[in-house]
Amino acid sequence: MNDAAPTLLELRDLEVRRGGVEVLDVPSLHLRDRELVALIGPNGSGKSTLLLSMMGLLERTAGEILYRGSAVPPGRALIEYRRKLALVLQEPCLFDLTVHENVASALRMRGIGHAEVRRRVGAYLERFRLGSMAERSARKLSGGEARRVNLARALVTEPEVLLLDEPFTSLDPPTRQSIVDDLERTIRDTGTAAIIVTHDQEEALRLSDRIVVMDGGRIAQSDAPSVVLNDPQNAFVASWVGMETILDGVICRSAGGELVVAVSGKEIGAVGDGSPGDRVYCCIRPESVVLDIANPSSRTSARNVFAARITSTTSAGAYLKLRLDCGFPLVAHVTRDSFAILELARREHLFASFKATAVHVIRKGDGAAARAAPC
Amino acid sequence: MDLVAQGIWKALHLLVTLDREVIGITLLTFEVSASATAISLLLGIGIGVAIALNSFTGKRFVVSLVNTGMGLPPVVVGLFVSILLWRSGPLGSLGLLYTPTAIVIAQSIIATPIIMGITIGAIQSLAPALRLQILALGATRRQLVWILVREARLPLMAAVMAGFGGVVSEVGASIMVGGNIKGYTRVLTTATVMETGRGEFDVAIALSVILLLASLGANYVLTVIQQHERPR
Repeated sequence: MNDAAPTLLELRDLEVRRGGVEVLDVPSLHLRDRELVALIGPNGSGKSTLLLSMMGLLERTAGEILYRGSAVPPGRALIEYRRKLALVLQEPCLFDLTVHENVASALRMRGIGHAEVRRRVGAYLERFRLGSMAERSARKLSGGEARRVNLARALVTEPEVLLLDEPFTSLDPPTRQSIVDDLERTIRDTGTAAIIVTHDQEEALRLSDRIVVMDGGRIAQSDAPSVVLNDPQNAFVASWVGMETILDGVICRSAGGELVVAVSGKEIGAVGDGSPGDRVYCCIRPESVVLDIANPSSRTSARNVFAARITSTTSAGAYLKLRLDCGFPLVAHVTRDSFAILELARREHLFASFKATAVHVIRKGDGAAARAAPC
Repeated sequence: MDLVAQGIWKALHLLVTLDREVIGITLLTFEVSASATAISLLLGIGIGVAIALNSFTGKRFVVSLVNTGMGLPPVVVGLFVSILLWRSGPLGSLGLLYTPTAIVIAQSIIATPIIMGITIGAIQSLAPALRLQILALGATRRQLVWILVREARLPLMAAVMAGFGGVVSEVGASIMVGGNIKGYTRVLTTATVMETGRGEFDVAIALSVILLLASLGANYVLTVIQQHERPR
């Protein structure tokens, strides 16, 4: 993604209130030409509201939408603006017509000639592997087929901006993967700029040039995927990108970029910036924690080694998630094989270690509340 | 039972022999009721869609008024239309009382709330996201309404059936504003009432059977269209 690419869509001081309650407050957000942005965040964080606002489908309390530098006015111009974009909602909302007629519907709204409609619809049906079911009723489609028709219907208009609101939810993994592949290929081929709302971290990382994390109607962070993943700016983003252990602490010592943070009476070695007395969050990914039956202090380069007690074990797909008590709570992932080999099912006590570089330190702020008495 | 059998036999006889008076009454019945249904469709669907799609103060009250109107007693409608069209009434100068037009007006007033009520329910029962999706596809307001009506066509077909059924079978309003004038405003229901009053039960039964058969035929056609459209 080229940072110098022109801005297609820009939101300025956008505010949406419902029943007097603020549901969206976005001071600034832009989408560049050919850029792919993933919008992530918990349910109710305002992702869908943001997309609907961008599309001009929600009345905004304040702020403006700029398209190629010009404010989008209401009335007929709003319809013309919407016709440059396409929105794919979570539910396909197909019309009670054939697949062909569904895909053709947006083109017919634009008054495009019959021959051109046939040509474009045919091309997009093939692109989304729907050619054999053109005359099938949309009501007879499977979930995956309906999503494909929904995408074809949106993309057949060749929009400059594509907005996707969780378009792949409740699909089985192979179907989902196949549709994501087709979508990605189409978006890259056509150079369409897109914003995709997703709960799937892998999908966000794979598809996007930039990730925007939303929380409580606000943008918590907007950065390249690698930055969001490795350098979350606050505890919320950290937890959202998989740092399952987030600990309150105070920096005790700081020298040459190495920190010692006091957490619940224990000292954790970390790497980062900060001064003694700074209140911080120490964020640790579960996959960074190594478990041992014997104390590994003499044979590990990890700065942090703690005696731990298993408090709970839960399944997390291919892994087991262990909640540990090290004097502070710590979450670790362990493979099912390792769990069996280490005989963790019958052990209560073990050792947990993690490197200082595995601890992501986030300062709580700059005010007085972000300071504590040094250790 | 003899009376019923005799009535059915008489009905068949009247139909088979193409009795001019009965055929005339039957045709007028359908002409009047179909016209009233068509007017009610225009008004009921138009206003019903507008009510369903717009938010305004007092919407619930308006919807409850429409729902109440779905059970409007024909004699009450007949009374008010009579007063309106009475020689000295507000629309008396039009000279419409005791004409087929008067029956069409009264029947339209009866059918419109029925079709409007069903339309409001049908449009509101569509998925809320559908409206957003249609607008997101770039639809104008007119295209939005057209697509929503198209998507609700099955329940709207039921509205046509309910509206037509309501007016073709009513007698109170037709007799009050039409006057049951032979060869001019006499329809199947008013003729049936008259023949019953005269003790001509066989003719009354015959007319009822014709009304039932005709009504069944019309609804059968509408049902075939509806079932053909129904998702399988």
